[in-house]
Amino acid sequence: MLDRRDFIKAQAVAAAAAAGGISLPAAAQSSMVAGEDTALKWSKAPCRFCGTGCGVMVATKDNRVVATHGDMQAEVNRGLNCVKGYFLSKIMYGQDRLTQPLLRMRDGKYHKDGEFQPVSWDRAFDEMASQWKRVLKAKGPDAVGMFGSGQWTIWEGYAASKLMRAGFRTNNLDPNARHCMASAAVAFIRTFGMDEPMGCYDDFEHADAFVLWGSNMAEMHPILWTRITDRRLAHSHVKVAVLSTFEHRSFELADIPMIFEPGTDLAILNYIANHIIQTNRVNREFVEKHCNFRLGQKDIGYGLRPESVLEVRAANAKDPADSKPIDFDAFAKFVSTYTLDYTAELTKVPKERLLALAEMYADPKTKVMSLWTMGFNQHVRGVWVNHMVYNIHLLTGKISEPGNSPFSLTGQPSACGTAREVGTFSHRLPADMQVANPTHRAHTEEAWKLPKGLLPAKIGYHAVQQDRMLKDGKLNAYWIMVNNNLQAAPNSANETYPGYRNPENFIVVSDAYPTVTASAADLILPAAMWVEKEGAYGNAERRTHFWHQLVTAPGEARSDLWQLMEFSKRFTTDEVWPGEVLDANPSYRGKTLFDVLFRNGNVDRFPLSELNAEYANDESKDFGFYVQKGLFEEYAGFGRGHGHDLAPFDTYHQVRGLRWPVVDGKETRWRYREGLDPFVKPGEDVRFYGNPDGKANIFAFPYEPPAEEPDKDFDLWLVTGRVLEHWHSGSMTMRVPELYKAMPMALVFMHPDDAKSRGLRRGSEVKVVSRRGEMQTRVETRGRNKPPRGVVFVPWFDSARLINKCTLDATDPISKQSDFKKCAVKIVAV
Amino acid sequence: MRPHHLAALAVLPFLVPAVLSAQNAEPRRLDSPFRPPVNFVEQITPPPIPPDVTDDRRVARNYPEQPPVIPHNVRDYQITLNNNQCLTCHSRRFTEAVQAPMVSITHYVDRDGQTLGAVAPRRYFCMQCHVPQTTAQPIVPNTFTDLDTLVSRPSDRGDRR
Repeated sequence: MLDRRDFIKAQAVAAAAAAGGISLPAAAQSSMVAGEDTALKWSKAPCRFCGTGCGVMVATKDNRVVATHGDMQAEVNRGLNCVKGYFLSKIMYGQDRLTQPLLRMRDGKYHKDGEFQPVSWDRAFDEMASQWKRVLKAKGPDAVGMFGSGQWTIWEGYAASKLMRAGFRTNNLDPNARHCMASAAVAFIRTFGMDEPMGCYDDFEHADAFVLWGSNMAEMHPILWTRITDRRLAHSHVKVAVLSTFEHRSFELADIPMIFEPGTDLAILNYIANHIIQTNRVNREFVEKHCNFRLGQKDIGYGLRPESVLEVRAANAKDPADSKPIDFDAFAKFVSTYTLDYTAELTKVPKERLLALAEMYADPKTKVMSLWTMGFNQHVRGVWVNHMVYNIHLLTGKISEPGNSPFSLTGQPSACGTAREVGTFSHRLPADMQVANPTHRAHTEEAWKLPKGLLPAKIGYHAVQQDRMLKDGKLNAYWIMVNNNLQAAPNSANETYPGYRNPENFIVVSDAYPTVTASAADLILPAAMWVEKEGAYGNAERRTHFWHQLVTAPGEARSDLWQLMEFSKRFTTDEVWPGEVLDANPSYRGKTLFDVLFRNGNVDRFPLSELNAEYANDESKDFGFYVQKGLFEEYAGFGRGHGHDLAPFDTYHQVRGLRWPVVDGKETRWRYREGLDPFVKPGEDVRFYGNPDGKANIFAFPYEPPAEEPDKDFDLWLVTGRVLEHWHSGSMTMRVPELYKAMPMALVFMHPDDAKSRGLRRGSEVKVVSRRGEMQTRVETRGRNKPPRGVVFVPWFDSARLINKCTLDATDPISKQSDFKKCAVKIVAV
Repeated sequence: MRPHHLAALAVLPFLVPAVLSAQNAEPRRLDSPFRPPVNFVEQITPPPIPPDVTDDRRVARNYPEQPPVIPHNVRDYQITLNNNQCLTCHSRRFTEAVQAPMVSITHYVDRDGQTLGAVAPRRYFCMQCHVPQTTAQPIVPNTFTDLDTLVSRPSDRGDRR
């Protein structure tokens, strides 16, 4: 049989022959045809979609985006885009863009059950401010909250954090990234004392083996998949292992394909650790010098409401994050029960594949890159499973060097840059600091030029808890920005929708398009998006990249940054800060939140003259100073000098992004290793300097079952996820005709035999039913996803078919991230 | 509200009932334009799975570097470690026999900008960029305007109000 390279050689074209007269480079064509190429203005921007962070070039003419393509100079993608990225030109031009604030009204006044009516921004903010003041007065700061996003620009997330924590004095601020990679972020801090990967995308060109842990990169991170494909096809020794609960497109490249029983990845990882130990391949020197061992808490519950029987029954639901020190021998004994026989039996994976996988890690000569996203993170044991993959990299010392890389991928374009680095979680402050730590709060108060003791110490409501508290009437004034939570949240009909429509609550949704979430709001604010504003995102490899405002937003749409800052003008410190703080600091009296948060001498430090005259900047023009630069430089002050160093603001407008820490103008590709990371001193070799002792933590955890499993009434596993063509909730991609036509509706992918045994076939109309809700769609038995018997897959991009009415609001008890991958359903013919 | 705002709003399926029924006590009829104006609680009957467009007619690109969509059936096409069925028509040597368009020369360029003698491995999985189209009709129109249309008419300076 021909191997692939021979095949390509045999089948494909010789470049020299091809060049003769067939096609000129595309850019040349447009100039020849239109003679107008010089009239186009090309500018760089990151893609709007996933956490990969591809660079794109954007052409504008007459204040409109007319073309986009992959940026040749962008290190991430070197000229390529995926199908979504290639259609970026169209995402802002859905005909139903929101162009005016819309308020539910009856008889000329706001009414919870009124109809949406266009109102002015003044009227919208008047109503919103009066609702906020009503709630603050009646119940205090705990009753206001905000649900933000990993799609916020860096300065938007930063401004939101200031407004909520320092302005309204609540930590009830959480990003939709909670649904996306909270488990990864928590495990990073617990293992290394610092968030985000030690390696970077350059690892793709150095690794000998790639292991996809539950990730379908072929569809979800297509450009990174091109780098793996490139490496695999051009180097015959390279191997790819793909692990999932169902077969998908990434299996096309798999040397070792593995379908495992949902939730049993925990056992596979412990088996690999055991295999490394049993075959004497532990890197003893590395482990002794650079690692601690800890025994984690077990039987920690499932993050459901406390009265749930699963929580009552769990021994340690109250302190799930506890752990105690152990030694290597205790760890070895702990994992010793995860034998090949036991693991094969539990996971239903053939033994020879488990062994081949374990050898990728155990063999000291194989450089291995582990990759994961939602399969690990949306997991009732998401923190554990993240820890467990670090365990096997640490035991072998395969970390922090080119090609040896445990790599947590992200879903949203600024999940890292905004949600994590800026700290928009209910427990976090900028640069990995924590709201519960008094020193961290004091440092933040100083950096923000605020009175001592102003910042609240209480950890706020996380995403799922916000929904529960809205429903229970404890959280009453709520602002949702750049996300579509009514489509994205688990168990939405029981736990999300009721809170939005609770008569005690006032719900504000800022978005570019009328989403399902917007439809359940009381006030809709029209948002500027992507290149309609100056922005910055941070991708999964610590790369911070900027873009300029390239076109004007439609109608009265305004950026989230403008909305946050403008709203802050409607509150005075006397209205929202405690009397004792103001008594002790009388100079803050009588000022607006805008004055104390954004005219504080830092944020308003850069005059309009520093703007690039070639580009518009609507917010700065409105506020009278270079808003983005002031916010960024204040924010960057948190991280500089201790490992989160960002370059000067203006640098980022020149380059295609830089990976932090940026020290002396140089980015850092691999952290924690001498010679590669400027924060590791000569002679230290490796130092995990996020932890005071410079060591990483290896944790012992058992396999524990999912919160819900199929039974005789609900006899199938439901796995939810995404498809190539649609990102986020589909609010942008479903408005691009080519993407819509390629994948117009969410179908239930199932095994043909499972369909047949229920009297169904491809195209049959069915209900997907769980104990919590149901969704109607049609059966797909021959699509790109091929579940084994007993498993169905339904994507969640389709606002007409909301699968999250069926999912369970169980979370990882430590990270509070929902498990969207494992619940029980039945499929019923309609 | 200015008159042309009303006109613009009228194209929004979800807003029509909202605006017109503002003064009466009709139940709310507002939702995403993806579906008829029902609310979150109601379900709609799913349409039949739309078939793929297989008319083999090329579709004009929106801009030069847009990947062309696939105008033919690709059901059960194999693209695996050992075989890429797309290239059995679109590679240079077969294009004459089957009259398929040849893979673009850009696909021969590797990550470092070198042009290779064969399709670059990073371009191997065709359907990461090229997708078939079903006959489904988009519910929300898109007002993107391509360059040629834009230069052949008087400029509105991007006024989208």
